[in-house]
Amino acid sequence: MKKIRTSHRRAGRKKGSTVLIFLFLAVLGLFMFFPVYLTVLMSVKPVEELFVFPPKLYTLRPTLKNFQDMFEIMRQNRVPFSRYVFNSITVTVSVTVLQCVFISMAAFVLAKCKFRGSKMINNIIVVSLLYQSNVIYIMQYMVLAKLNLIDSLLAVILPSVASPMGLFLMKQSISQIPDSIIESAKTDGAGLFRICWQIVMPNQKPALMTLIIFAFQSSWNMQSGAFVFHEQYKTLPTVVNQVSSAGLARAGTAMASAVFMLVPPVIVFTLAQKHIIATMAHSGIKN
Amino acid sequence: MKKKKSFRKDMECYLMLAPFMILFVIFTVVPVLMSVPVGFTDFNMVQSPEFTGLSNYIALFFSDKVFIKSIKVTVVFAFFTGPVSFALCFMLAWLINEMSSKLKTLFTLIFYIPSMANVYSVWKIIFSGDINGYINSLLINIGIITSPIQWLTDGRYVLGTAIVVQLWLSLGAGFLALRAGFQNIDRSMCEAGAIDGIKNRWQELIYIIIPSMKPHLMFASVMQIVSSFTAGTVIQNIVGFPSTDYKAHTVMTHAYDYGWVRYEMGYASAICMILFIAMYAVNKVVNRVIEKYAD
Repeated sequence: MKKIRTSHRRAGRKKGSTVLIFLFLAVLGLFMFFPVYLTVLMSVKPVEELFVFPPKLYTLRPTLKNFQDMFEIMRQNRVPFSRYVFNSITVTVSVTVLQCVFISMAAFVLAKCKFRGSKMINNIIVVSLLYQSNVIYIMQYMVLAKLNLIDSLLAVILPSVASPMGLFLMKQSISQIPDSIIESAKTDGAGLFRICWQIVMPNQKPALMTLIIFAFQSSWNMQSGAFVFHEQYKTLPTVVNQVSSAGLARAGTAMASAVFMLVPPVIVFTLAQKHIIATMAHSGIKN
Repeated sequence: MKKKKSFRKDMECYLMLAPFMILFVIFTVVPVLMSVPVGFTDFNMVQSPEFTGLSNYIALFFSDKVFIKSIKVTVVFAFFTGPVSFALCFMLAWLINEMSSKLKTLFTLIFYIPSMANVYSVWKIIFSGDINGYINSLLINIGIITSPIQWLTDGRYVLGTAIVVQLWLSLGAGFLALRAGFQNIDRSMCEAGAIDGIKNRWQELIYIIIPSMKPHLMFASVMQIVSSFTAGTVIQNIVGFPSTDYKAHTVMTHAYDYGWVRYEMGYASAICMILFIAMYAVNKVVNRVIEKYAD
């Protein structure tokens, strides 16, 4: 099919109103970004500048002292810092990869196939999203203990792989693909597995990339908390939290650790967004 | 013959579902089912739970004044961080969609960054009650106030402060999903619309975009309902726990209080159950509205 470039044919685009929209977003964006800017600023401010009146919105002598302090504090643990990094990367990568594979297949089946129990499963997913209970962690602990998984990285990884939120997101997005495409693939003799990976998923890039962002960010920030006791299985957020929970006196160090934890998700986010935006929903997919 | 074939088809479905469902049942469904009965017991985490029937629920509604107060706080809170924020998510996702590719990435990042990591503690310094707090020093400098306002502890301001912080945080999963939804809209439909006489962005939004975004709107609404009803942790971190005069005491904070401070897990579970029922009902209503409106 010949690709016709008609992107300028969209209705009523006036230059003036585009500029207005940009200005609106820019002003609101400044407000939204201000606290983040402050966090970054405070992480590089020298200590003696933290409490001056009026507080300055810039610093002339940026320093990495706060970051040094942060690493210094973390180095005092019995386990080398690299071990935490290794744990965090293991957890983040396995959760993200497993989520993408498992959730994509399950979401496709739930969105596009009618079989016994599909409606019930869909309802259970939504209910589990809405159900928040203070005792869930205790019950999860009991389940993990029964399975002998307490005090291992698996205790951090496995419970977060089957994310109902991720499944719901993918299912909603896949449900927009017209049935006719799947039907015609079936008549061509393709099995569900092939339809899922070769026909449906390539058209679900925005949703898949969004899923990657969610999975990465939630697993990266996950505290190994109550399921892990040995220092050697703890993840970065747990340790960083110990550094930052020391109150205002160490505000600079706390901000440094926040910035440190923020960098990887921002990188993944930017890469994923690039892919999302490069997606041009093309007309082939609709009826 | 036909039956056999449909069984084989079902089998294929179940196989593809299996990896997700096995983990989901073990680590989510089973703990959820185990947690439901706890609300009908007296459970302090040391002794084994003792069945007490409906007494937790009766106590909640008839003798717990703080709980009634927390419902009011949650409703006010949920209004701002729910519908208002949902509208904001949608509007911003739409407006960003009108920008060029580079600006799209930039703006999406800027609006989403608050949800990405725990950077909200900086608000404590922004709203700090001494003259070094950013808001106070700004207001003093331009002469609106002469002495610093206790944003985080004064009963008159606590709820407002908490709402501002939560709104700042609320462009989260729903917003990002809507952005992805906009990106997935078929360009050719908009072009066809232009030929069919759609005159401006506004008409394009109403007649073409919203109807094709129904699934994403549903997802965003669920996420928004959950985050607005279960807000608590962030508020506790910002305005302290318990907040002055229970002015920012949400239902979730109440559950935290009973569960992890007083170790009355049965009572805390009952609170969560009521919250769940409320969220479920609201979700049903919202779904119906979206279903009706988006057609």
